[in-house]
Amino acid sequence: MTKTMPEKKPKSKTKEPLKTAKKVTITPQPTPPEPSPTPPIQNVEEKTSASKIAEAAPIKAHEFDPHFKYEISKMHGGENLKQCFQCGTCTSDCPIARFSDTYRPRQIIRMAQLGLKDRVLSSDTLWLCAACFTCTDRCPQGVEVASVIRILRNAAVERGVIPPIFKELSSSILESGIAYRIPELRLKKREQIGLPPLPKSNPEAMEKLANATGFSKTLKKGEQT
Amino acid sequence: MTTPEQSSSSKFLLFLGCAIPYRVSSYEISTRKVLAKLGIELVEMPEYNCCGLPIDPVSHEMLLTLAARNLCLAEQQGLNMVALCPGCAGTLRKVNKKLKENKELKEKINGYLKDTGLEFKGTIEVKHLLQLLAEDVGIEKIKNAVKKPLTNIQVTEHSGCHVSRPIEGVGFDNPENPQILKNLIEATGARYVEYTDKIACCGAPIAGVNDRIPLQLSREKLGHVRDAGAQALITVCPFCHMMFDTNQPRIERMFNESFKIPVLHYPQLLGLAIGFSPEEMDLKGLRVDPTQIVSQVFGKAEGN
Repeated sequence: MTKTMPEKKPKSKTKEPLKTAKKVTITPQPTPPEPSPTPPIQNVEEKTSASKIAEAAPIKAHEFDPHFKYEISKMHGGENLKQCFQCGTCTSDCPIARFSDTYRPRQIIRMAQLGLKDRVLSSDTLWLCAACFTCTDRCPQGVEVASVIRILRNAAVERGVIPPIFKELSSSILESGIAYRIPELRLKKREQIGLPPLPKSNPEAMEKLANATGFSKTLKKGEQT
Repeated sequence: MTTPEQSSSSKFLLFLGCAIPYRVSSYEISTRKVLAKLGIELVEMPEYNCCGLPIDPVSHEMLLTLAARNLCLAEQQGLNMVALCPGCAGTLRKVNKKLKENKELKEKINGYLKDTGLEFKGTIEVKHLLQLLAEDVGIEKIKNAVKKPLTNIQVTEHSGCHVSRPIEGVGFDNPENPQILKNLIEATGARYVEYTDKIACCGAPIAGVNDRIPLQLSREKLGHVRDAGAQALITVCPFCHMMFDTNQPRIERMFNESFKIPVLHYPQLLGLAIGFSPEEMDLKGLRVDPTQIVSQVFGKAEGN
């Protein structure tokens, strides 16, 4: 792996946020990197990205957007964001965090609370939540952690940040109604083994819904990046 | 207008979802046969679409709308739905509940649906297969259906997060100490063993953005399952199944470890107990060879 350590590490001053940002940056593999044989997919955590460097940079006062937490609180699932007191239950119980050097739900929640909008929305780690809802179920403050992360992802997509897998899933749904393109051969095999044929898809309905919800427009934003 | 709550609870609209017809037909084959034998009639779902969960990260509004469309189609049929994938079941249940409770949201989503001639009314319920087995078939009936108790095998479960999480919205079983699948496994006569971190996630949902972490998670779980002495792992989720079965050889290569743990869909296990043959339960559709436990079930002495 290439070194991701920034030359200068953020030093104190605004204690709380810096702690958060610093933790995100301490990436240089404490765990042995596993050789992945033929990685067919982009490993978000392992690439060196501009976002990581952005996270490493000291936080400037102008980065805080005090309205951000209110915006999130208005969304379904974001209502209790302000209740988070940073106990860390989410991170300590997170199955992904155990195997990731960078993914820490508590930090994501803190960045959202502080309004570090640009940092959190461009952060790669945002895409590592498996939505298992363990954090949501265990949060003593009733913060729907996984839902807040979903809100942040939706907001990131609106800025044109969308991992390729979600583009694929989306376009498949628009074309065929379902998330994967099932090969013709498999459809034939269904019938051979006595399974009923899959129902016809309704791409017109999908298109109408995508237009009505603004989903089509959202996807186009992702194409520009 | 039929009201499904009153109609007999033996007829359900089958929501297949995306992953099962795409890659996990053994789950579908075994479920259909087992449910038919237990007196549950499945009706094919017309023109359904993805539940919406895979694109939740892109647009939550689209998830709500896609899920609502499916719910509307079921309402038109006047039937409750059963989903085999916990992701689908959880999503449809959550959205159904939200739209029933939140009038404002319902109106908004109905606005999106209007152009397709649909309207969400809130007249049906959605269940996951486990819930149907536990509530509509019932453990007693399942026990009575068992012809060949699987007493000489020892297995364990991975029931999958979305069967019961988030508690608010899905509200089935106790995710911190799940009992339903355990009871259903014991109903087949098989011995059930506990293992470390039983309720931990398999990692599948992020396999599209990071392939290392899910494999590490699954490897760890397989190790715990092996250490507990389970001869097979029982799942009720196509994604968990892909992580543990389809990916098992890859995990073995990657970590230079040997597991050889067959991963059966619960209906396959139940099917063997209620008199189906391994062929009928499509056991050959599994990646990890289940021959050893099958021969043990059918008494071709394997010692243990």
